[in-house]
Amino acid sequence: MELADLAAIAEKERAARPPVEVRCCTAAGCASAQADKVLDGLKKAAADAGLDGKVRAVSVGCLRLCSRGPLVQVDPDGTLYANVTPEAAPSVIAGLAGGPVAAERLDPAGPFFAGQASVVLENSGRVEPERVESYIAADGYKALYKAVREMTPAEVVEAVTRSGLRGRGGAGYPTGVKWATVAKNPGDRKYVVCNADEGDPGAFMNRSVLESDPHKVLEGMAIAGYAVGANQGYVYVRGEYPLAIDRLTTAIKQAGKLGLLGTHVFGTPFDFRVDIRIGAGAFVCGEETALMASIMGGRGTPTPRPPYPAEKGLWGMPTLLNNVETFANVPRIIRDGPEWFAGIGTEKSKGTKVFCLTGKVANTGLVEVPLGTPLRTIVEGIGGGAQGGAIKAVQTGGPSGGCIPAELLDTPVDYESLGKIGSIMGSGGMIVMDGASDMVDVARYFMEFCMDESCGKCVPCRAGTVQLHRLLTRIVDGAAGPDDMARLESLCHMVKDTSLCGLGQTAPNPTLSTLRYFRKEYEAKLRTDRRVHLPVYTPTVNGTPARRTP
Amino acid sequence: MTAVTLTIDGKLVTARADETILQAARANGIPIPTLCHVDGLSAHGGCRLCLVEAGPGGRLQPACVIKVAEGQDVRTDTAKLREYRKLILELLFAEGNHVCAVCVANGNCELQDAAAAAGMDHLTLDYTHPRREVDLSHDRFGVDHNRCILCTRCVRACDELEGAHTWDMSGRGANSKVITDLNQPWGESATCTSCGKCFMACPTGAIFRKGATVAEMDHGRAKLDFLITARGRKQWNV
Repeated sequence: MELADLAAIAEKERAARPPVEVRCCTAAGCASAQADKVLDGLKKAAADAGLDGKVRAVSVGCLRLCSRGPLVQVDPDGTLYANVTPEAAPSVIAGLAGGPVAAERLDPAGPFFAGQASVVLENSGRVEPERVESYIAADGYKALYKAVREMTPAEVVEAVTRSGLRGRGGAGYPTGVKWATVAKNPGDRKYVVCNADEGDPGAFMNRSVLESDPHKVLEGMAIAGYAVGANQGYVYVRGEYPLAIDRLTTAIKQAGKLGLLGTHVFGTPFDFRVDIRIGAGAFVCGEETALMASIMGGRGTPTPRPPYPAEKGLWGMPTLLNNVETFANVPRIIRDGPEWFAGIGTEKSKGTKVFCLTGKVANTGLVEVPLGTPLRTIVEGIGGGAQGGAIKAVQTGGPSGGCIPAELLDTPVDYESLGKIGSIMGSGGMIVMDGASDMVDVARYFMEFCMDESCGKCVPCRAGTVQLHRLLTRIVDGAAGPDDMARLESLCHMVKDTSLCGLGQTAPNPTLSTLRYFRKEYEAKLRTDRRVHLPVYTPTVNGTPARRTP
Repeated sequence: MTAVTLTIDGKLVTARADETILQAARANGIPIPTLCHVDGLSAHGGCRLCLVEAGPGGRLQPACVIKVAEGQDVRTDTAKLREYRKLILELLFAEGNHVCAVCVANGNCELQDAAAAAGMDHLTLDYTHPRREVDLSHDRFGVDHNRCILCTRCVRACDELEGAHTWDMSGRGANSKVITDLNQPWGESATCTSCGKCFMACPTGAIFRKGATVAEMDHGRAKLDFLITARGRKQWNV
């Protein structure tokens, strides 16, 4: 495979493209609303109307406004239809000739779409995720060619470092530094692992990326493999994402056939194989050491760091672990240069971030914005604000994050700013809450999640989350006193400081942040009487309360 | 292997670079409490009792895992650590059903000792009173899950010393449980060699030798009856 071959595939693909393409989102969100039937209906209607060669209905990935799916977009004019039912599909085709369309028409220049950026999601809703040719026609695999044929591994690492890209899994560790560490650590073999074990409630960014543009992630992984000297990659994807697994499997097969993965990538001595490992439903396996234990066939429990995976990872070898979105950023950085990438975002947080905007907001779906965008722009501008009533808080970072009160909505969304106000960037979940949400109950919900997902290895997380959940339940039930509040806080700090892995260390965050901003809600639920409530022991004789003898 | 110099609780000590903070501390007579650690078995890092403040920012690190480093400043006994250790022990007592008065390990229990050493004499948290099982199907040993603190010492001893790997963990979080084979009764385990290493490794009374537990004592009164009959009626054969 040479650059000319790549260009030939792209040219052939473009030549075969009819003047009009009707793109139907078949990612999981729309698929759950019968998008498959809509697509069939579109194909059949186009064929029935004798439009073969003029109009083609294709399956694409996420068109972002998930709550209004199935979404259908007409290319090239960009007309976007929402809530398209299988029955309405023929009218969409008829609409191309000016007929009435029995589906809601959206404005692609409206605030939800116009306010967004397109780096990670540039191909989402445009390329066909199940055809590698479609990705190649969108300049796919050019970056990999450039990396393996025109750059040294050190230059690739340097480019990623200069781009300022930081880990998109939530912690924001500088990606270039991580790559350099793995590249420099000695090892007979090295590994690249893509973390697609997305488990935060309300988060589906990684799923959407894998379902919409799997080749982009594979290309990013291959570039990473070349940069750090790894020949084997693993995508650890949760079993709850069957469509992502299917599309990824197809993508790996197709890329392998073209010599874009496997042995001698682009005719160079560089080999890179990618295999999929499927998670079995444990949230903790998103933690890197637990994830690696699971890949190696062990019980998915974390181990203390150091040693970090970059030093001793899979089978004791240096291992590079990055999130789906981090890898998806890499091809553009190589193709358009680190300076282009560093031009987006803020001084310390470069590039864009994909968020899943959910909850009590008018527009629910996938949102990509440059880092540093104020939270208000996301939830009120793009999201369209709360449906009836005002926004009370925005939860970011899932069970590891915090609740940001409405008065702090002007905070720019970047790693440092969110950290300062007691939340985290997280992997991208963003849940909007209005006045109907009870913040103590929200804290209890996230604590329950952590309690259920604790692996049980370390005491503070295993037993501490149980006690914290009991205390929060008692407060919600109105049975707690001021002493319970004090206990809640001290236990929160203890679990945060002493837990083994990120799950336990961050489990108290939703509670601590609601305590910080919504303490009045907690206090309003406390018992007002000052009596100490002890369990009352009544001695009984044969089942009847005993009489006290004088 | 090079030697490094570090400070533990203000005391200047030297250690081999491949030693853990725990090894260095104990070699120099500085006690650090542990529960899941056993010398010779692989490190687990789960009980969190051995957490020490190591390095900049006073970040808490498990002494049983973290290696010593040149110039490290380790604190093993700060007010914060004492408070946290007490809370960890409270969590353990609240999590299981630990009733020292009727436990076979009373007086020979590392959990009890650790609680006494930490001054944990009452609970400020709720007992959770879990429903847990007792498995007495093995001829020589029994396991009482009520007293298990999930330290996995039995799992590691069985795997690393005996090579049988009869024990393992099942479930997660509060539902974690040590199991034998594929969660079969211990007595039916095909891999157990009855070596007793799990019993030796157990820090509490969770795994115990049979015949020594409360209410298990056999007085053998029938023997008296036999002797009386034999002497009185000269019936020595029954």
